[in-house]
Amino acid sequence: MSASINQNSTTRKVTIKAFRFNAETDYLPYIKQYEMEVGKDELILDLMNKIKWEHDGSFSYRRSCRHGICGACAIKVNGKSVLACKQNAIELLDLFDNDITLEPSSKKRVIKDMIIDKSDFWEKHAAIKPYVVADVDPRPSHESKQSIEEFNNFMDSDLCIQCGACHYACPALEVNPDFLGPAALNAAYRFTVDTRDTAGDERLAITAQMGSGVWDCVKCFECAEACPKEINPIEKIGKLHNLQFVRGVAQSNVATRHAEGFLRGMMKTGYLDEADIVTYSEGYLGTLKHMGTAFKMMKSGKIHWHSGIPFINSIPKIKNLDEVQKLIQISQTNKL
Amino acid sequence: MSQLHYALFTGCTAKQSTPELLSSTLAVAEKLGIKITILEEASCCGASHLQDFDEFLAHVLNARNICYAEKLNLTMITICNTCQLNSAMTKHALDKDPVLKAKVNEKLAEVGLEYKGTSQIKHFLYAIIDEYGLENVKDKVTVPLSHLNIAPFYGCHNIRPSELHEDANGHENPYNPNSLDRLITALEGHPVNYESKNKCCGFHVELQANHTSEVLAGNALLDAMDNNADMMVTPCPLCHLKMDTYQDSISKTMGRDVELPVLHMPQMVALALGCSEQEIGLKFHVQKAKHLYTA
Repeated sequence: MSASINQNSTTRKVTIKAFRFNAETDYLPYIKQYEMEVGKDELILDLMNKIKWEHDGSFSYRRSCRHGICGACAIKVNGKSVLACKQNAIELLDLFDNDITLEPSSKKRVIKDMIIDKSDFWEKHAAIKPYVVADVDPRPSHESKQSIEEFNNFMDSDLCIQCGACHYACPALEVNPDFLGPAALNAAYRFTVDTRDTAGDERLAITAQMGSGVWDCVKCFECAEACPKEINPIEKIGKLHNLQFVRGVAQSNVATRHAEGFLRGMMKTGYLDEADIVTYSEGYLGTLKHMGTAFKMMKSGKIHWHSGIPFINSIPKIKNLDEVQKLIQISQTNKL
Repeated sequence: MSQLHYALFTGCTAKQSTPELLSSTLAVAEKLGIKITILEEASCCGASHLQDFDEFLAHVLNARNICYAEKLNLTMITICNTCQLNSAMTKHALDKDPVLKAKVNEKLAEVGLEYKGTSQIKHFLYAIIDEYGLENVKDKVTVPLSHLNIAPFYGCHNIRPSELHEDANGHENPYNPNSLDRLITALEGHPVNYESKNKCCGFHVELQANHTSEVLAGNALLDAMDNNADMMVTPCPLCHLKMDTYQDSISKTMGRDVELPVLHMPQMVALALGCSEQEIGLKFHVQKAKHLYTA
C-alpha cells in the first residue's frame, strides 16, 4: 500500500507486485515488487514494459498490437481480467487502494510469468466449427446478400479478439474442464445465426451437450464483466438456450425441463413451485437423491406447514393469478 | 428525512423455503421506520431459467410485476439478487427498445396493464445503504455485533453485469465490492476479507451440473472459514439456500468439514436492531445458527 503523490507532477509513486514463475526452472511461483512512477495516462502494458526494461529483463509477457485488437496481452490484476494495452493503470490503483498484483490469466496454465498455455482455449474454439459452413459457387455472380438486421444479429459477437479474458474468468470452466466456456459459445452463436451458414443445428447439438455445453453455465456474469470488447458472452449463451427451443431441437432432459418447468408452478400459483421443479426436472427416480436434503429442509421448517400441506397446497397464490395465466397463454412462443 | 416507502417484490423463496427472509425484512423495515407495501400481485421473475426457455414471455411477466410498482408510484425493492437481476434486465431491455416495449405492452393490454418505465428497481441492501443511510442505521443499533467475524458474500446478480445495475447498486465495483462490508461495520461487526466474497455459489446449476455447484459453494464456504468467519451473510436467498442447505454434501465433495451459519442480510441487521427471535427466524436454517442469538 505504499504510494505517494508527487505534488509537482501528475505521477504517482507506487510499488507494483508481479506474479513470477518459470515452469522450466521454478518449483513454486513467487511475487516480486517493483517501485515505479505511474502517470495518469499510462496503461498496465506500460507498467509491464517498465518492469522488463528498467528492472528485470527476464520478466515475460505477450504483447503485439498495442491497441486492443490482437488479444495477446490479456492478464489479470487482482483477479480482474484486463487487456493490458487498454486498461488505465491509475484507474486500477484507485480501485484497489494502490495495492495491485499483476497475474497471468490462469495461474495453473503458466509457462512463464504472464505467459500461459492457451491450448484448451483453442481446442474448444475449434470444437464448435468457428466458420461459415456453406456450399458456395466458386465463381459467384454476386456477393452473399445479408440485410442490416441479419448482420446486426451477430455483429457484436463477431468483435471477439480471442484474448481469452472471459474463458479464464469463467468459474464453471475452472471446476469442469469439459465446459466449452464463454468464448467458444459466443463463437458458436455468431456462426449459428449467420444467414449464410448451414451448420446451425449441428452447432446447437454440440452446444446442448450436457456436461460441456450451455446448460453448464453457472450464470455468474463474470464473462460479461471480463470482456474487453463488451461482447457480453453470457447474453449469447442465453440466446443459444432459446435457439434450442425456437428451432425445435431441444432434447428433454433435466436442464431443459428445469427451464420450461417454471411455467408449471406459475400457472397454478404465480410462483415457482420449489418442490415440483425438482421432481419434474429430475424425474421420480432422480428425485430420490434429493430426499436427504428434503428431509433436512422439512426438519428445519424450510418445507413448512404454515400455509397448507407441503407438496399439496402449501404455496400461496398471487393476487390476480388469472392475468399471469392469460399472459402465459397469449405470450408463450416456445415449446419443449 | 421524510419516510421512505417501497413496493416489495418478495420473490418465490421468501414465500416458500425462506420465510425467515420475509419476516426479518419486514421487521427491519419497521425498526427503521421504512414503509413497505408488499406486491401480492407479483409473480415469479423466471430466475433466468424461464428466460432460457422463452425470453419474450419472461419479459412480459416481469413487466407485469413492475407495472404494479408503477401503479403505486413507488420504487420496487427486491430481496433476492436473481429477482433483482431479472426484473432489471426486463426494465433495461424495454426502456432502450421501443419496439420490444410496444410488443410487450400489446400483451399487457389484454389484462388491462401498461408498462411505462417509471419505477426504479433496487435491492433492499442498496435501499438501506444509499437511501436510508448507514449513519442512520448506526443510530438504531441496540445489539452491536462486535463479537462476530462476518464474511460478506455478495452474490453474482447484485454486482454483475455492472453496466446493467448502474446506479441501482450505488455503482458497486464487482471486483472490489464494499456495501456489505460497510453495513457490517455500521452494525459494529468485523467484516472478513476473503477472496471468494464476489464469487459464484453455484446455485443455478444445482440440478444439471451438481459437482460444479458443490465445488463453487464449497470453495466460498471454506475460504470464509479459513479466514476465521463466525458466520456468512448474503443478500441473496438462492446463495443462502445453496450454502446453508447443502453443507453435508458439500463437506463430502470437498473432503473437509464445512460448518458455517449463512444468514440473510436482513437477518443480520435484525440481530443488531434487537428484533425478536420469531422475526429473525434462525430456526429455519438447516445449519445450526441459533447460537447467534446469544453469542
